[in-house]
Amino acid sequence: MNLRASLKMLGPLVALLVVYFGFGISEPAMFNRTVIINILSQSVIVGIAAVGMTLIIISGGIDLSVGSIIAWTGVIAAFLIDQSLSPILVFLTAILCGGLCGFLNGSLSIWLRLMPFIVTLGTMQIYRGSAKIFTGGTPINLPFDETRYQLWMGGTGFPYGIFLLLVICIFTSWILHYTRFGRHAIAIGSSPATARLCGIPVLRTQIFVYVIGGAMAGLAAMMNVAKSSQGDPTTALGLELDIIAAVVLGGARLTGGQGSVIGAVIGALLMTCIRTGCVMHGIPTPWTEVITGIIIIIAVVVDRLRQRHTLC
Amino acid sequence: MESPRLASTTSRLVMQGIAKTFGSTNALRDVDLEVLPGEVHAIVGENGAGKSTLMQILSGAIKPDRGQMFLDGKNYAPRHPRQAREVGIGMIYQELSIVPDLTVEENIMLGNEPMCGPVIRKSLLRQRALKALAHFQHPDLQPNHLAGSLSLAVKQLVEIARALASGCRLLIFDEPTSSLGKEEISQLFRVIRGLKAQGVSILYISHHLEEIHAISDRITILRDGASVATLTTSQSNDDQIIGHMVGRAIDDLYPQKKSNRQSKILCAESIRTHHHAGCTSFELHRGEVLGIAGLIGSGRTELLRCLFGLAKPHSGNITLDGKVIDPCHRIGWQHGIGYLSENRKEEGLALDLPISENLTLSHLHAYSRCGVLSPRSQAKGTQHWIKQLKIKCASHNQTTRNLSGGNQQKIAFARLLDHGVEIFLLDEPTRGIDISAKASMYEIIRTLVDDAEKPRAVLMVSSYLPELFALCDRIAVMHDGQLSSTVEIASTDAHEVMRIATGSQPDFLAHTRA
Repeated sequence: MNLRASLKMLGPLVALLVVYFGFGISEPAMFNRTVIINILSQSVIVGIAAVGMTLIIISGGIDLSVGSIIAWTGVIAAFLIDQSLSPILVFLTAILCGGLCGFLNGSLSIWLRLMPFIVTLGTMQIYRGSAKIFTGGTPINLPFDETRYQLWMGGTGFPYGIFLLLVICIFTSWILHYTRFGRHAIAIGSSPATARLCGIPVLRTQIFVYVIGGAMAGLAAMMNVAKSSQGDPTTALGLELDIIAAVVLGGARLTGGQGSVIGAVIGALLMTCIRTGCVMHGIPTPWTEVITGIIIIIAVVVDRLRQRHTLC
Repeated sequence: MESPRLASTTSRLVMQGIAKTFGSTNALRDVDLEVLPGEVHAIVGENGAGKSTLMQILSGAIKPDRGQMFLDGKNYAPRHPRQAREVGIGMIYQELSIVPDLTVEENIMLGNEPMCGPVIRKSLLRQRALKALAHFQHPDLQPNHLAGSLSLAVKQLVEIARALASGCRLLIFDEPTSSLGKEEISQLFRVIRGLKAQGVSILYISHHLEEIHAISDRITILRDGASVATLTTSQSNDDQIIGHMVGRAIDDLYPQKKSNRQSKILCAESIRTHHHAGCTSFELHRGEVLGIAGLIGSGRTELLRCLFGLAKPHSGNITLDGKVIDPCHRIGWQHGIGYLSENRKEEGLALDLPISENLTLSHLHAYSRCGVLSPRSQAKGTQHWIKQLKIKCASHNQTTRNLSGGNQQKIAFARLLDHGVEIFLLDEPTRGIDISAKASMYEIIRTLVDDAEKPRAVLMVSSYLPELFALCDRIAVMHDGQLSSTVEIASTDAHEVMRIATGSQPDFLAHTRA
């Protein structure tokens, strides 16, 4: 794996560096410590969820409900924090809740034999609606003195969330490349018939992939709560598309079999970097969106050209 | 009937000194080819001899570096495939390009619809489609049926009709029989003879020498990118053709057989699949190759899938070393059974994964501890088989897609070997691979069963009778899910096997034991 995988990661990394230094040359404030920390911490939520999404996409699936899982799990976590539950238990509950949502996604698409696109299109609405029902439509606001959680995403020092993203990213990448489960997931995405022929437990592996994806979304939800100090049922609306974009920017193929966890995190950083750079240059938000879209398309086209080149 | 060759003095197609280089590889060095009007001209050659490059040049998909082409005496240098179609060159590819959700007539006229402004002229479209379909009277070919519901053989006819509707003078067939049954092949041959009688020239690419003998007038043999000989079919034999193909005489395509049959290992009792009415019983012994002949669709693949556990039998028992295996709860690997799929590209291999991954996918547990893999031992295991089976590849990390069919098949087979299975279920193990790769597959298979210390058992399904007869110790024939009794290979012949396979002589047993 090593050489090939690291070459594959090089593409997104080069794109990230080009964009970062491109903005940095005309606006040196990009190189400030606070701006760097800001870019990193803004990437944490999308990044963590993108790690889980990479696993799902590599195994040939997709999860459109991840934004809703973040909202629904966030609401529950905020409720528990409000009830003064200890932070460890809150974290565990969020991971469990996200994992259950993922389990529902995976098992529904397998038992009903539906495409995951359809199933998660449905559960996207279900989880979002549940969050709104649970809170009665209004956010659960946390008291401002909840400093224990703020350290994860803000505060004065280096936010813990960045370390969390780093650890998760490395760990998942290791799982993908060096464990049987990881290789099975890739094989299933690459050729489901071959996986079945080789006696791989296809259904179990697929469900487990969705559970991990959901659990990662649960962790992302915790970071979201820590960042906004509230459990808002309307948060992370449309975030699933940012997350999928990050995964694709990282070199994943939407039909499965190919993808990189580290690439996905770089993809998340790339998108934050574009947004931050645009803000610092005073480019209005609508233009930022246009630029982000263009860069996503260019990156994917360049990646494809590069792969075709190495084939010959 | 008057020979069409006398009717016209100009050649339909002439290719002179065609050469094409990709990067550093000479795909074609020097090809000369002449096709007469109304001639069926076969092109043979091993995989990698340059057949597909030559066809791509003819169809305008790529341009040659050197050489000239003439179509009916006029200079022919297509810039893109559409131009080739316009001047009357039609291609029938192995992978058919039929749109399943359109009707037969729409498929025939696809890209060539008679228009009135932006509107398709339906009646004219029907008329032209019917004219093209008139070349072959076939009951299943109704212009208003959905193409997706047709069988593969009929889809192929639709594709031929499409070429004819666009006024084709030269029709190129690339391995047209690879997924057809015996009856469908003879139907295709009738169609080809009909086209020939109307003066259409045919280029026929195939691995199957019998077919080439049956249908072609002349044969051009390609080797290493050059045309080495053009023979008149009626005056040539297989040895000659193969000799030209490989550049040396192949006298030992098939290995020597030892008789090494030992104890019974697998026993199937009245297995019935879900698709067929008949049922199947047989015994497989260590140290033998048991061949299963039969037509495509007779239920041979279903039987293997049931034995392996990829499909559930409708009824019946499978006994392994005297123990009945629960049909609900098994996949062959756990019982020392390995299955080589007939569908190498979609099922046999995950083409985008590296060689080592494909080779070890069924038994990653052997290369891992507590679920954590050791890539080093995986690489070592793979390299062993790359060396042992002489698989041509850059490294064990290479993507499987870039290898030739023969090398891909060796990797799929090496998975069974590396897994260490005792029973090999081989489904069309030599389909679509070239002659040298076939020879080495035969050798591997025989070594497995003839091994003195640990003889393995092989159950082999093949549609190619000569290889079954050369390789197997015993043979049985499948007809509509019903397997005949097993007989010694020496006590039967190809004629007999075909009779049972086609259902004209159901009682094999009485005949051979008498």
